[in-house]
Amino acid sequence: MQLNFNDESFRDDYSYKNSPEAIKRFPFPFSEDHYMYSVNIEPHAKGAKGSVYEYTFDVDEHYVSECLDKSVTLEQDPGRYAALPHMMTAQWDFLELAMTAMANDYPEYFTLTKNGNVWTWKNRPLEIIDTFTFGDATTLPYEPFEYMGRQMQGDFVLLDQRDGTLYADAGIVTSQADWSLAFNTGMSWQEWHGPVPKVTELGVLDRALKYLLNLQVANPVRRLNWTMTINPRLDTSPENYPLWAIDRKKVNDETVGDLVNLRVELQTLFRLPRSNAIVFGIRCYLASLKDIATYPRWAKRLHRVQKDLHPDLIEYKGMTTYHRYVIDWLAQFDDGEVLEYGAHPE
Amino acid sequence: MSTINVKVAAVEEVTPLIKHFRLESEDGADLPPFSGGSHIVVTMDAEGRTYRNPYSLMGSPSDTRAYHISVRRQESSRGGSVFMHERVQVGMRLKITHPVNLFSLSKLAHKHILIAGGIGITPFMSQIEDLKAVDADYELHYAFRSYEQAAFVNELEEKCEGKLYCYADSQNERIDLTELLRHQPLGTHVYVCGPSPMVVAVLETARNLGWPENNIHHEEFSAPPVGEPFKVQLARSGIEVEVPAEMSMLEAIEEAGVAADSLCRGGVCGRCELTVLETDGGIQHHDHYLSDSEKVSCRSIMPCVSRTKGKRLVVDL
Repeated sequence: MQLNFNDESFRDDYSYKNSPEAIKRFPFPFSEDHYMYSVNIEPHAKGAKGSVYEYTFDVDEHYVSECLDKSVTLEQDPGRYAALPHMMTAQWDFLELAMTAMANDYPEYFTLTKNGNVWTWKNRPLEIIDTFTFGDATTLPYEPFEYMGRQMQGDFVLLDQRDGTLYADAGIVTSQADWSLAFNTGMSWQEWHGPVPKVTELGVLDRALKYLLNLQVANPVRRLNWTMTINPRLDTSPENYPLWAIDRKKVNDETVGDLVNLRVELQTLFRLPRSNAIVFGIRCYLASLKDIATYPRWAKRLHRVQKDLHPDLIEYKGMTTYHRYVIDWLAQFDDGEVLEYGAHPE
Repeated sequence: MSTINVKVAAVEEVTPLIKHFRLESEDGADLPPFSGGSHIVVTMDAEGRTYRNPYSLMGSPSDTRAYHISVRRQESSRGGSVFMHERVQVGMRLKITHPVNLFSLSKLAHKHILIAGGIGITPFMSQIEDLKAVDADYELHYAFRSYEQAAFVNELEEKCEGKLYCYADSQNERIDLTELLRHQPLGTHVYVCGPSPMVVAVLETARNLGWPENNIHHEEFSAPPVGEPFKVQLARSGIEVEVPAEMSMLEAIEEAGVAADSLCRGGVCGRCELTVLETDGGIQHHDHYLSDSEKVSCRSIMPCVSRTKGKRLVVDL
């Protein structure tokens, strides 16, 4: 496989764009005309060739620019990386999982060579070559979790399992949908889900937690989550709220198709072997409404989902100010055709 | 559940009742690393019967060349330990699950009190390696019938460097649990693995002394959702499917070529729910999806984890 890595930005001039291939493989999250929270967890099994599920960690045309954007965010605010001291074993677990999977799945881009505990990692797209001693953090330029997290698309949180729940005890978070790592570090499952509407009444949280406490090595799982973002911006953090929230006011009938992006998170969860911790990966995919409308089936379905979305969810996802423009714009594609179950494009 | 094929590399008689097995991967590759307190489930095929027994991993978590388990011969058991003792020999192939840890050390504990009875010593042998690696404060209290029947005492004395306390029943030595648990510093966690009266005594003593529930741990094994074999009749498809003991109902239905909806395969998402039309023995619900009243009504079943207690079940599929 050969990727053409885009030269693009996720801030300032927002030159981010999707190729036709990237749109076609976009993980559109709606299989039905209606949306509500559910325990939509499934095994993270190898998916169809070319799909975002083909490999353990998806690497796509945005890889190089996204890693660059991440380094800019970390430089401006080093607090986007945090790890409590008892998570060091989990950090090495994470590094091993990521390096092994990426070298195995993308041999043309990544190579891992082991000589006992002395490992050499080659990352060709980012032009990185490092030799280090596994288990000795002083032999790497960053802590192992940050070192590898900087070379991967998406955010990662390491969850420690104790007291019958999961604690967010480490994270590298630069492409978040308006939540703060600094605020959530050390919180339990129930605490960090506190603000989400509806899920407690639905019993979704308790069931999902029981499932994750039983998560097993070699049987990772995944789910999709979604929201909307104005401009293709990865760093929609509470810390930088003044920089991006104002853009919601720019949405009108003329701009909505370009400005509003459907933001889909491919969330993956892996049990780590040595630490018994869990990696929570949150990989963000962005597509403008115009991108989505490449496939009328998606535009019709998105229109219906948005039209009857519960007001609490519209508010929680921060879409209240511009949501009516989204519905009006999508309405032009919706001829009322009955759509069969499934999130696939035409 | 994904499995690993292993071969038995060594068998050692530790005491007349306890055997120690060294397992290596069939293809000679490294085995997955694990955390102290983990167990594996060993599948044994014994002429028409399948045993699936959980055993703690007692080797060092950093040694991925081999897994080590010890098996005490239990005459009254269903037969798995007898099979391990009488039939399993060097060179034999076995199937094991990936390690699962339901007895993990609390990484934030200030001190760890480990209490073992007899063969219950095994999970602590891997935990001690993890504790030593981070230089944690711990004590290991090991009770057994007699020194002749006690396994691994010499090895433990060497490893624990003064932190091992032994109690031989034959010499009238007993752990004074109240005394042991009364004076521990705040932030201490206690872990117990052994015969059931000992586990109950530790849990009760700790609770009566006001220990927080989250600081009291006892070993639990993952129970694969297996049970007795039964037949399920798919009313709409008009076929009958045999569900063997070691297979889930969902797997058996899929193997019979019937398309059944499913998602999480762990009893939480609700996608595979089937309407029960008839049952002759009630439902063993293992899911977290149905409410208690729905479970009692027996009108639905989640075939990914649940089974019938009877011989026959009719579902709307």
